[in-house]
Amino acid sequence: MMEVTSIAEGIIIDHVPAGTALKVLSYLHIDPAKSTIALIMNTTSHRYGCKDIIKIQNETDIDLDVLGLVAPHATVDVVKNAQIVEKQKPRLPRHVTNVISCANPRCVTSSERDLDQLFHLSNADTGEYRCDYCDEAAKL
Amino acid sequence: MVGRIPSDSQLSTSQFNLVGRSVVTLDDITASQISYLLRKASFISEHLPEVSHAAAGKILATLFYEPSTRTRLSFETAMLRLGGHVIGFSSAQNASVSKGESISDTLKTVSNYADVVAIRHPKEGAALVASKAASVPVINAGDGGHMHPTQTLADLATLQSRFGRITDLTVGLCGDLTFGRTVHSLIETLCRFGHVKFVLVSPKELTMPQYVLDRINASDSCSYEEVTDLTAVIGDLDVLYMTRVQKERFFNEDDYLRLRDTYILDADKLRLAKPTMAVLHPLPRVNEIATEVDDDPRAAYFEQVKNGMLMRMALMSSVVGAPLPGFADDSDENVEVHA
Repeated sequence: MMEVTSIAEGIIIDHVPAGTALKVLSYLHIDPAKSTIALIMNTTSHRYGCKDIIKIQNETDIDLDVLGLVAPHATVDVVKNAQIVEKQKPRLPRHVTNVISCANPRCVTSSERDLDQLFHLSNADTGEYRCDYCDEAAKL
Repeated sequence: MVGRIPSDSQLSTSQFNLVGRSVVTLDDITASQISYLLRKASFISEHLPEVSHAAAGKILATLFYEPSTRTRLSFETAMLRLGGHVIGFSSAQNASVSKGESISDTLKTVSNYADVVAIRHPKEGAALVASKAASVPVINAGDGGHMHPTQTLADLATLQSRFGRITDLTVGLCGDLTFGRTVHSLIETLCRFGHVKFVLVSPKELTMPQYVLDRINASDSCSYEEVTDLTAVIGDLDVLYMTRVQKERFFNEDDYLRLRDTYILDADKLRLAKPTMAVLHPLPRVNEIATEVDDDPRAAYFEQVKNGMLMRMALMSSVVGAPLPGFADDSDENVEVHA
């Protein structure tokens, strides 16, 4: 059993918006049933007041584009031999394909078959994404 | 498949060259190209006989998945007045979509028949799907509550003809500003030219979406104010753009009925306006403009209809590469782009 306070090999995703850790794991396609994971939820953050922390054992490669979409202010620490060897920041991708779905019931993606779900970064300052088809803001 | 051989004009590298281009939103074309289309439409209005065979042999397909008699007739008349032909359908019941065909498959099929497609569809983004699937230019004739670029071109042409410019104006937009795609598109396009003050008049339930306000804020020379009382601001306006509260955009009929009659422009309100103000409306109206306003010289909404046809002639002749006799394609005369 892994101790919550440390991992020997893996990654630590810090500064995840409070209460969203499970959703972030889902978008990253990390199955909690198949991975060794520690979740610390709604803990104190000097920067944001409250945050989640995700520790994943034996996982060093996550999609920083997807993380940028769902948790743009998160930080990623890569851990090897119980030491943090690298710090990564999620990217804000200009385009994302088939990561999130448009929630607008009037969007053509709700009825047309075989369409990719396409979103573009509409505001880099706020990290807002909009559907390529209908311009509806992404809802995560 | 036999490839199309471009004519000399199609090979032009002019900044105004629109041959083969789809227009899903007006962001697909430059401000200079919009000015070019305004100039071209003005030329067409003065030279209808001369351009009556410009697009001979060209075929327009009007794919209207929802009824819109006015827009469909405008596109079809525009192509007929250029000497071209028209095919298409006027409702989804008459199309293969009733058998479950996708938009993409329909467009791949129709691309083999037509030189240009005008598509209207109730789903937002349908025109983008169509343009990606088609091998000929696709013009968005309205995709749900999203975009209706040729309506905006008609609006711009009406401002140009009334004021001789599309900048340095105070433009009031009144009614359904939440679902009114024509006002969103007009604002976004006017912001590209700059120097416009917008006065946004709506009930609190139908205010302008934030992304449109963001667009105004992003312009150095444009500004806006949001108000609920039309009579308080009508005297400041150069343009009053009225909109219909559209029943088809509501899921709840009670909300529609409650908001429908919020603003009605009548002779009493018009007395408070400048004598030079222009009243625009994308039509059809229900009751938001009293018929007594129709005879007022400030009523410009039926001019908009004609300007819409002229702009569709200008656009279609451009995207199919049909040169207009006597029109100087490369001239930059009257092109004014401020921002």
